[in-house]
Amino acid sequence: MEEVKLIGTWRSPYSYRVTWALKLKGVKYEYVEEDLSNKSEMLLKYNPVHKKIPVLVHGGRAIAESTVILEYIEETWPNNPLLPIDPFEKARARFWIKFGEDKGSVFGNVFRTVGEEQVKATKEAKEVLRLIEEHALGGKNKLFCGDKIGLTDLVFGWFAGWLQVLEEANGVKLLDHNSFPKIQAWIENFREDAIIKENLPNRDEMLPYFKHLREKLIASATQ
Amino acid sequence: MGDEVILLDFWPSMFGMRLRVALAEKGVNYEYKEEDLSNKSALLLKMNPVHKKIPVLIHNGKPVCESLIAVQYIDEVWKDKAPLLPSDPYQRAQARFWADYVDKKLYTLGSKVWQTKGEEQEASKKEFLDCLKLLEGELGDKPYFGGETFGFVDVSLITFYSWFYAYETFGNFSIEADCPKLIEWVKRCMEKESVSKSIPDPHKVYEFVLQLKKKFGIE
Repeated sequence: MEEVKLIGTWRSPYSYRVTWALKLKGVKYEYVEEDLSNKSEMLLKYNPVHKKIPVLVHGGRAIAESTVILEYIEETWPNNPLLPIDPFEKARARFWIKFGEDKGSVFGNVFRTVGEEQVKATKEAKEVLRLIEEHALGGKNKLFCGDKIGLTDLVFGWFAGWLQVLEEANGVKLLDHNSFPKIQAWIENFREDAIIKENLPNRDEMLPYFKHLREKLIASATQ
Repeated sequence: MGDEVILLDFWPSMFGMRLRVALAEKGVNYEYKEEDLSNKSALLLKMNPVHKKIPVLIHNGKPVCESLIAVQYIDEVWKDKAPLLPSDPYQRAQARFWADYVDKKLYTLGSKVWQTKGEEQEASKKEFLDCLKLLEGELGDKPYFGGETFGFVDVSLITFYSWFYAYETFGNFSIEADCPKLIEWVKRCMEKESVSKSIPDPHKVYEFVLQLKKKFGIE
C-alpha cells in the first residue's frame, strides 16, 4: 500500500476535514504539523500554487485544496461512501460543499472586524445561517445528506468544533440557544459520530490562540 | 425515454457557456432559456432559491446549480460520450484543482481589469496575466488540459476566451503577446463545433461590457 501523508495544522478546520475523511475510511496515514509562520520546503514543493495546508501526499503525489482532497479520498477509498451515489443527490451534496467553502470568508469577517463593520458582518453571517437552516437541513435526514456522515458534513464540521470558541474569542454569538434549531440539531448529530467524537480539537487549547489572533486582527483593523 | 433538459442562462455568462459546451460535447438536446437578470423569472427563483443566479440546469424538473457542479453532473449522467473528467482519481483531482483555480482567480481579476483605471488596473492586469501564464505552464505541450482529448479544465477555461477582447481593449494589452501557447490552445478549442457554437462573438461581449460600464458609470 502506498504511503499517505497529511500536512496540516492542529487549529485548522480545513485540515480536520481531511483527518476526518481519512479516519472515516480507515486509511492509515502520517500526520505532519506545519508551521505556517515558517513554511517548510516540503509544503512549498507540494503546494507551489497556493502554499497552503492541508495537502495530501499519496505515493509521493500531492493533492491540494481541501474539497479537492475530499473528493480524491472518496474516489480512491470507495469503502464507507461519503457522497450519495445518485448523480442528482451528489450534485446537491456538492452544491452545499461549495456553499460552505464560498461563505467561509463571511464568518471570517465577523471575527476580524469591530464596531459598525462587525455589526454588518454579523448580519451577513446570520443570513448565511438562515439559508442553511431553510434550504439545506431538515426533512428526514439527521445530517446533510442522510443519516450517515458525508463530505458535506465535514465541510461544515467547523460549526461543531470551532464556532463556540470563535464566538467566545469574539464576543459575538451567532448561534444562541433559540436560533437555528436545525443547525443546532445537526451539530449534536455530527458530534455524536464515533469517529468525529474522538477527533475534535481541544477547546481549552484553542481559546487562547483565537483570543490572541482576534486581538492582533483588531489591532491592525483599528490602526 | 425522453429526457427533458432546460438551461436557464444569460448569453454573456462565461459560467453559463460552460454548460452549453458540456451539453454540446455530449450531444444532449436541451431548451435554452435566456434570463433577464434585472427581472428574474419565477422559474429561476424557484430552481435556485439560495443564489438566484444562472446558470441552472433543469433535468426532468430537478435543478442543478453552480456551473462546475453542473458540468460534473452532465459528465456523470451522459457518461457514454465524450468523457470530460479522466477515470484515474489523481488525474481527476488535478483537473478539479485547476478548474477550481480558474474559478477562484479569473473572474475577479478579469472584472478588475475592465472596472478599474490607473495603478489599480495595471496591478490587476499583471495578476491576470500571471494567472494565465501559470495555466499556460500547466497546459505545457499537451493539446488540451485534459491531455489528448478536450476535458473538464478546458471547458472551465475556454469560455473566458469570449471576454478576452473586452479585457484586452479596456485594459489596453494583448493576451497573445504574453501567452502565445494559450492562444494556440484557444484556437484549437474553437475548431470544435461544441465550443464555437456555444461561445458568443467576443465583439458582442465587448459591446455588452461597454453598456455595463455606461450603466454603472464606470469609466
